[in-house]
Amino acid sequence: MTTESPADQNPAAETPEAETPEAGLPAGRRLPVTDVSLVVLIGSTGSGKSSFARKHFLPTQVVSSDFCRGLVSDDENDQSASADAFDVLHYVVGKRLAAGRLTVVDATNVQQHARRDLIALAREHNVLPIAIVLDVPAEVCAERNRARPDRQLPAHVIPRHQRDLRRSLRGLEREGFRKVHVLRGVEEIEHAEIVPEKRYNDLRHLTGPFDIVGDIHGCRSELETLLDRLGYAITRDDQGRPVDAAHPEGRTAVFVGDLVDRGPDSPGVLRLVMGMVAAGHALCVPGNHENKLGRWMDGRKVTVSHGLQETIDQLAGESEEFRAQVREFMRGLVSHYLLDGGALVVCHAGLPEKFHGRASGRVRSHALYGDTTGETDEYGLPVRYPWAEEYRGRALVVYGHTPVPVASFLNNTICLDTGCVFGGSLTALRYPEREIVGVPAEQEWYEPVRPLHQDAPGGREGRPLDLADVAGRRVVETGTLGNVAVREENAAAALEVMSRFALDPRLLAYLPPTMAPSPTSRREGLLEHPEEAFLAYRHDGVRQVICEEKHMGSRAVVLVARDDAALDKRFGLPGPGAIWTRTGRAFLSDEQLTGAILDRLRAAAEQSGLFDELDTGWLLLDAELMPWSLKAVDLLRRQYAAVGAAAGAALPVALDALAKAAARGLDVAELTGRQQERTADALAFTEAYRRYCWPTEGLDGIRLAPFQLLAAEGANLALRPHTEHLDLIDRLVAADHRLAEESGGGTPVLHRTGRMLVDTEDEASTAAAVAWWEELTGAGGEGMVVKPVEALQRDGSGRPVQPGLKVRGREYLRIIYGPDYIRRLDRLRQRSLGHKRSLAQREYALGLEALDRLAAGEPLWRVHEAVFAVLALESEPVDPRL
Amino acid sequence: MFVSISTTGTAENPASDLGFLLHKHPDKVQRFTTAHGTAHVFYPESGEDACTAALLLEVDPAALLRQGRGKGRSGSPDLALAEYVNDRPYAASSLLAVALRTVFRSAMKGECGHRPELPGRAMPLRIALPAVPVAGDGPALVERLFAPLGWQVEATCVPLDESFPEWGDSRYVRLELTGTLRLADALQHLYVLLPVLDGAKHYWVAPDEVDKLLAAGQGWLADHPERALITRRYLSRRWSLTRLAMERLALARLAEADDREAEELDNAVPDTPEEVTATDPTTDVETELPTDDASTPAQAAPTGEPQPEPPAVEPPAVEEAAGRSESLAVQRRTAILAALAGTGAARVLDLGCGQGELVGALLKEPRVTEVVGVDVSSRALTIAARRLRLDRMPERQARRVRLVQGALTYTDARLKGYDAAVLCEVIEHLDLPRLPALEYAVFGAARPAAVVVTTPNVEYNVRWESLPAGHVRHGDHRFEWSRAEFTAWAEQVADSYGYTVAFEPVGPLDPEVGAPTQLAHFRLAEPADTAELAKTDTAKADTAAGTGTPSNDLALEGSANR
Repeated sequence: MTTESPADQNPAAETPEAETPEAGLPAGRRLPVTDVSLVVLIGSTGSGKSSFARKHFLPTQVVSSDFCRGLVSDDENDQSASADAFDVLHYVVGKRLAAGRLTVVDATNVQQHARRDLIALAREHNVLPIAIVLDVPAEVCAERNRARPDRQLPAHVIPRHQRDLRRSLRGLEREGFRKVHVLRGVEEIEHAEIVPEKRYNDLRHLTGPFDIVGDIHGCRSELETLLDRLGYAITRDDQGRPVDAAHPEGRTAVFVGDLVDRGPDSPGVLRLVMGMVAAGHALCVPGNHENKLGRWMDGRKVTVSHGLQETIDQLAGESEEFRAQVREFMRGLVSHYLLDGGALVVCHAGLPEKFHGRASGRVRSHALYGDTTGETDEYGLPVRYPWAEEYRGRALVVYGHTPVPVASFLNNTICLDTGCVFGGSLTALRYPEREIVGVPAEQEWYEPVRPLHQDAPGGREGRPLDLADVAGRRVVETGTLGNVAVREENAAAALEVMSRFALDPRLLAYLPPTMAPSPTSRREGLLEHPEEAFLAYRHDGVRQVICEEKHMGSRAVVLVARDDAALDKRFGLPGPGAIWTRTGRAFLSDEQLTGAILDRLRAAAEQSGLFDELDTGWLLLDAELMPWSLKAVDLLRRQYAAVGAAAGAALPVALDALAKAAARGLDVAELTGRQQERTADALAFTEAYRRYCWPTEGLDGIRLAPFQLLAAEGANLALRPHTEHLDLIDRLVAADHRLAEESGGGTPVLHRTGRMLVDTEDEASTAAAVAWWEELTGAGGEGMVVKPVEALQRDGSGRPVQPGLKVRGREYLRIIYGPDYIRRLDRLRQRSLGHKRSLAQREYALGLEALDRLAAGEPLWRVHEAVFAVLALESEPVDPRL
Repeated sequence: MFVSISTTGTAENPASDLGFLLHKHPDKVQRFTTAHGTAHVFYPESGEDACTAALLLEVDPAALLRQGRGKGRSGSPDLALAEYVNDRPYAASSLLAVALRTVFRSAMKGECGHRPELPGRAMPLRIALPAVPVAGDGPALVERLFAPLGWQVEATCVPLDESFPEWGDSRYVRLELTGTLRLADALQHLYVLLPVLDGAKHYWVAPDEVDKLLAAGQGWLADHPERALITRRYLSRRWSLTRLAMERLALARLAEADDREAEELDNAVPDTPEEVTATDPTTDVETELPTDDASTPAQAAPTGEPQPEPPAVEPPAVEEAAGRSESLAVQRRTAILAALAGTGAARVLDLGCGQGELVGALLKEPRVTEVVGVDVSSRALTIAARRLRLDRMPERQARRVRLVQGALTYTDARLKGYDAAVLCEVIEHLDLPRLPALEYAVFGAARPAAVVVTTPNVEYNVRWESLPAGHVRHGDHRFEWSRAEFTAWAEQVADSYGYTVAFEPVGPLDPEVGAPTQLAHFRLAEPADTAELAKTDTAKADTAAGTGTPSNDLALEGSANR
């Protein structure tokens, strides 16, 4: 006997009756089991449930009460542990169902209360409960139990189970099981076969491409225009009415529902859509209006409102046959569809991720009506719960239902109801192109109860980031390095900085990664040397590297917009742009000065034609902003200058005393020698930091040296070769210099970055670069950075190579390791670079990921997730001197 | 680092007697190994009329680093030691104080075997220290500490860098002390006062530190006018704070990545020395102090502590203006509790709970069944947990309270469904452009039935003489609002999110400028008939979803869902 209650799939199907099993059923019964469901085995002890489960399901799919008893009590037969054992069982089953996994419960389940808990669990997780009953004669059960030495049950147990089972059989559907398979006798059980069955909503095998169409509401003419614009060829019947439309490239249309009501020609829309669906040219999910119309057509009592009357009147003019077809069509609609391998979900009113691919009344209700807060607005309409704001799923959810003026993406969801019937427009989304195509309404067909919302549900202001996007231990998926983990304590530190000091996350599309130094040099008096960097890259199989002069200022990420509106359009915030530090703080507290720097950069980008060339309204750049003292003046005063001051005050006094002692004939020569060394070190240290400090006045003295273009509209530029970056940036710098000159002797702000291309296999080439480095650092420069010219290079074993290695100068390193570090080189050479190198790669991968996500137009939280992770990683315990 | 001690003499009392007193021969160069390097003693001059002894301490940077980075008690409370770039090899700090005690132990005790009459004799002394680190008022503090002991003080500031005069002076002072004192006393003064001036010690204050202070301060500390400052700084038990500093290394690294001070980021709660807690072995320090009168709380305020930011204390003038003993903080809490009592709120969020003062007060209200303290600062939460003694609270009490890290610029599902939320002196710590994010997270997403917001009234600032004009009350205040500004903001928020709002002054009400604190009390508006309408609509939806289905499942699900 097999009975089925199609749940969500076919709401209008007849209530199934429990059938009497046919006598002499042939062996090999096929039992359909939905791929995501809760299978409840029912049978007395000894009926062979465990063997049945073993035979038909994976061991991990089966959760047995005996096993759980063992878990909590060390004895699978300890009945006193049953309560705890079932707690465990329910917990495990709940976790599996939440994850959408087929789960089989192996317990007697002959009593109704046991089944009730399981049905509740299935409902909670919106999966179908399925019962498989193993009805085996009592004597067989008893015989099997006798064969098990560990299970000596009192004689009354099996008869009691049998009694309970009998009592249960009739009411299983009523209890809520959607399929009931009763297997009678050992023979039938032996030969039964489980047949996996897909859910009706699971169309993951269809990959499109799709054209998803928003709420039509009887606007047949606009629909025809839209289909035409989308490239569909419309077929008409002999009366000229459209009955099908097909795309020459085999695209599939998907309708999000609300085909009917309010508008001028609901039957016309139905005729066309039904024709397309029947011909396999379209899919359709039901809207709440279809649902209501279907119930009205079934003769149920419904309140005729919200434009249903129009449809009823229009249908009256249609044939009985057509009305029957409509009725049939309504019944066959499935609440939502999973498409394209699960990457696309289409439904009428939006659907949280946990309901994707699930089947239950709750899911259907959600898909058709959406979630409401329980409140109503001033027009008496229910207030929608802003589910899309909270949506964090990977699948794109395309829906309609709530009229919005413009269709826009919000957290990987998009509402296509642009209120055509209210005089708005009819909108379609091309997928996977993510391109929006719309046609305006020919007129206002129906007066809206309330004006169209000013924005998508939640609105622009309501595009908040959630703590769950960033807090706690997290794993961020990156394109270049796979999963990157963020530890809880690092996320906590980043949260403090991000929430208290950083700029608005909407602007903060990138934070720069840290960079490892070259492998430690063994050369006399040096800790770092370019040869070590070249050697490292040569070893990794990288020939073409570029050496870039390292400016000693402070790292600055610059977002510059062509105009206020351009920034607003892309980042949801008007303004000239922003300049931030490596932890996301505004670089300068002086907004005016920030604006002045951005003005210069914008003018240079405009003049050099970069905005046009990159077809963008904004640019994101990685740069160094000088002088160092501009930002680090507090640190300079507290630490660097202070050390110089203390040394400068103390050492001469000591030397003076030593000189007097020496004059007295005391032997202080050695001591004096050491103090002289210290004095020289302290002076060199002071000289070292002084080179990076100079006063500024307004823009005077400020130098911005961009060295990489990170992003423009729709593009992750960081993947381009560094030579290309520097060429574009040179044009910016040249334009700025030109503009400064034209303006009558103003000082340029943009600063060129010196560079040298090196072939790591060519000795002459590397020698030239070493000479250049010696020249740079000899003149007090910080040093240089060596980068593979091409982004994303991999070594022989396929691992990504370091994106760059810094080689810092001998004098500069006094600021890092202390005035006298050269005397401690042996110890310092023991520094370990492993963690720093790993950190540099992880942060680099996260940075690229953020830019990729930005370029792909992904939701804010996805970009922010990667940016936040860079900040969190920056707080990992790595020697900050590296 | 370097110190020289000079004296003058006559034929009867030759200056070179200094050698006897110090137990170091004037014609020798001697070296002594100390924990952090080598101390050298030599005499640049030695004669009948003048004699100078010099102590040069060569610090071993590796030893410093080792100690600076040690964990717990094996490390140093002075985190500067962990820096490669630090002033300890040059500046006269506690390292020098300890070296003085090690090298001149007998002299410091006033013992002199060969010439027992010498130690008791006051002699003309000149002590020169080329670089003394001073936390606080520089030369003035040096004067206040040494002058009462009979020294003539010459203290000049050392400029930070003559190439950058705009950077001003360093915290180092070139110090010369002259006076006629016993040498033992002079050494004791240096031993105690050098670390006091520096405001830091390289070693942990052990329980016997009080004994050391009593011994070294015998005869002069009890009558010193700055006794309270000296004992507090000398015994400043920065253990807990420093341990916290270790715990928040992650944050310190982010500060470093941005060329900033960790304290600058981690300024959510004032960086004052920890209060004595019952479990601390040195609980009874206060009673053992050689003081006649107990120090008042005002004196105990961290006026001279080395802090990059002024501590978050209201200017004391507010209490005088108020004419009562209650601090503004207490008045604010009282006002908030009263507002909450009016709403009958049982489950309360303290958003930005800081050190948990309000959480503690809320727990005393029997009406309140649950308090969630939220702060973004891990350090604030750690201090709050300790102050509230969460780990020792009876279980039933502990179940009423939770402290969680959260940031109000993000929405947070954990905060939904509470009766009330308090934002006590919180909004002004957010940059104005980020305020809408907080508004949404609190009023739009968490949506408690009532919200109480307090913030400074900037108009009142003119009543605080100690507050320079145009300054905010706390270094981290990103803005301070007038009453009109606050009212406009609150009404706009109430309007956008469906709340009503009422205002109330907190603290002494000035007829001209209002009260120092302003409080806004928001309540979720309940428009008439909304509930009814919602019900009708829901019922409709249920029917819609529930009928036409094969089983009664959908109807059941539908209603369960609502």
